[in-house]
Amino acid sequence: MFRASQFEKIRTVAVILISLLLTFLIIAIISKDPVGTIMIFLFEPINSVAHIGNVIEMSIPLMFTGLSVVLLFRTNLFNLGAEGLFYFSGIVASTIAIHATLSSWLHPGVAIFAGAVTGALLSAIPGYFKAKWNVNELVSSLMFNSILFGVGLYLLNYKLRDTQAFINASYKFQKTALLDNIIPGTRIHTGLILALLCIFAVHYYMYKTKWGYELRMTGSNRAFAEYSGINTTKVIITVHLIAGFLAGMGGSVEVLGMYSRFQWTSLPGYGMDGALVALLAKNNPLSVIGASLFLAYIRIGADLMARMSDVPSEMISIVQAVIILLISAEQFLKFWKTRMLLKEAGIRD
Amino acid sequence: MTNFFNILFSTDFAFSVLRVMTPILFAALGALISNKAGIVNIGLEGTMLVSALTGVIVSAYTGSAWIGLLLAVLAGVMIAALLGFFTLKFKTHIILGGIAVNMFASGGTVFILYLVSGDKGASTSLKSMTLPSLHIPLLQDIPVLGPILSGHNVLTYVSLLCVAGLYYMLAKTPLGLQIRSVGENPQAAQSVGVRVNRIQFISLLISGFFAALGGAYMSMGYLSLFTRDMTAGRGWIGIAAEAVGRSTTIGTFLSSMLFGAADALANALQVLKIPAELVGTTPYVVTVIGLVVYAVTEVKMKKRKLAKTKASRS
Repeated sequence: MFRASQFEKIRTVAVILISLLLTFLIIAIISKDPVGTIMIFLFEPINSVAHIGNVIEMSIPLMFTGLSVVLLFRTNLFNLGAEGLFYFSGIVASTIAIHATLSSWLHPGVAIFAGAVTGALLSAIPGYFKAKWNVNELVSSLMFNSILFGVGLYLLNYKLRDTQAFINASYKFQKTALLDNIIPGTRIHTGLILALLCIFAVHYYMYKTKWGYELRMTGSNRAFAEYSGINTTKVIITVHLIAGFLAGMGGSVEVLGMYSRFQWTSLPGYGMDGALVALLAKNNPLSVIGASLFLAYIRIGADLMARMSDVPSEMISIVQAVIILLISAEQFLKFWKTRMLLKEAGIRD
Repeated sequence: MTNFFNILFSTDFAFSVLRVMTPILFAALGALISNKAGIVNIGLEGTMLVSALTGVIVSAYTGSAWIGLLLAVLAGVMIAALLGFFTLKFKTHIILGGIAVNMFASGGTVFILYLVSGDKGASTSLKSMTLPSLHIPLLQDIPVLGPILSGHNVLTYVSLLCVAGLYYMLAKTPLGLQIRSVGENPQAAQSVGVRVNRIQFISLLISGFFAALGGAYMSMGYLSLFTRDMTAGRGWIGIAAEAVGRSTTIGTFLSSMLFGAADALANALQVLKIPAELVGTTPYVVTVIGLVVYAVTEVKMKKRKLAKTKASRS
């Protein structure tokens, strides 16, 4: 039977099953053809190469923002600023993709790097406030999201906008700036490789370096870390820099990998989803891969369902909320763990 | 420029400060009561959205704004109860629980709006009701003060009454004392027989109640319809206002007014032909500045206290 040490894994699976059951329930209430709709939701994303491609494409930005949030949450910083950084870095990368003339290797590299550095520097502002004066990072980062969105939209409308385009979008990116496709028949781009590299790098940073140890110590107890000689101010600012760098890189990669113009006129939501990925991954960098794929899967399932049936895709946000509530619920299924522990110890209850 | 100053010093501007302040004040009161009990309700933003939508739908179907308001309040309190159940019973981290509420509200309201009206953007197809504005008899005849204070939506006056009510409750009633004791030191409170979980649950319900009033005001007073994500961060600004107000009722009221003024100023600035995208960020910029100023003075005060105790010892 199951062992108590695997309890966390079992619980994650249980939460996912419960949320899927809830999905079915909602579909059953709303849809005229519940069974067909559930089938679309569950199996359509793996029905064709193009759809599998869609899932992987969507998981790329989620990996970046998820990784960014993992670093912050692990340091016990509830910063949700990835959303605004993702958007604004996309604008910065787009500007370079439109205006600079560089060779085809250098161009996306420079654009992505510029976006990532912008993200890092902007993220450092609430980070500095938090580290220095203990400003509530949750509220300040959310305010920053709105500010960055406003400034970004201004740049889009007044500086980058192509009046000849039929939609509200920027000028076309130069061909040299676009990321290469790696799997024909899908739109999966080289950003996937970059995302995976980042994940391994963060894993190494977090578990194999002194800085990673300091980060985890600061996360579990800042006062204690401070007393044991760790400069927590520095740790918090560094974490914000790295997290902002990753979120910014995600925004730039997404823009150059999936679009030929910048066309977000509202926040794309990947930053908030990053928080969900981090929770599903239990703040573990390597688990971000699986968590992003899972979230992308149910997202694409919901999108396809909205297109092919009568249930709107926003249903998924209800399911997401339930996942967050249950997965972070310490006491949920705790009785089961206790029973398993007692059994393993040979005590009957 | 003169045009701009004419607007700034008009009674219309002062009137609009009160009008814009109302939802922020409600959110701030919600943050205050939950924070006093030591359990910060981060889900205010989402609660407001849910209540705003409930008010619109119910008032459209019943034809009565008051029934809409009643059910909007009920919906807000229910969301708070759900959050309380998960955080107190299942020990979900309160901040993550709040994030879940906001995520649910942001997508869930669009989902329900679409099911009810077939539109994902706004509730234009629903004939929803608005709550009445009050013209206060004697007050409205006084020059300057009259046009500023009279003629507001009924919920604006309710928000002011709530400030007084909350002040009285926290300072003078047994429940207020229990709430404060739980927030200060839950173990100590428990040791003298206060039921900590119950008090925190009640505080969450009250904070949901305030947020719900703020939400209902948004869709049945401030505007007369529901639009996607219409609260636009007011719940968060409320939380900031509570912090800047140093968790006191009066301070919270004053800082809400400050943020309301920033919001109203953003509307007035549009006369200067500054792009709307940039002007729209004003309330958020002011909020960040407010938070930083608050935090810096807090750190300085702590240092001064520390220096004093050291000096008295030696």
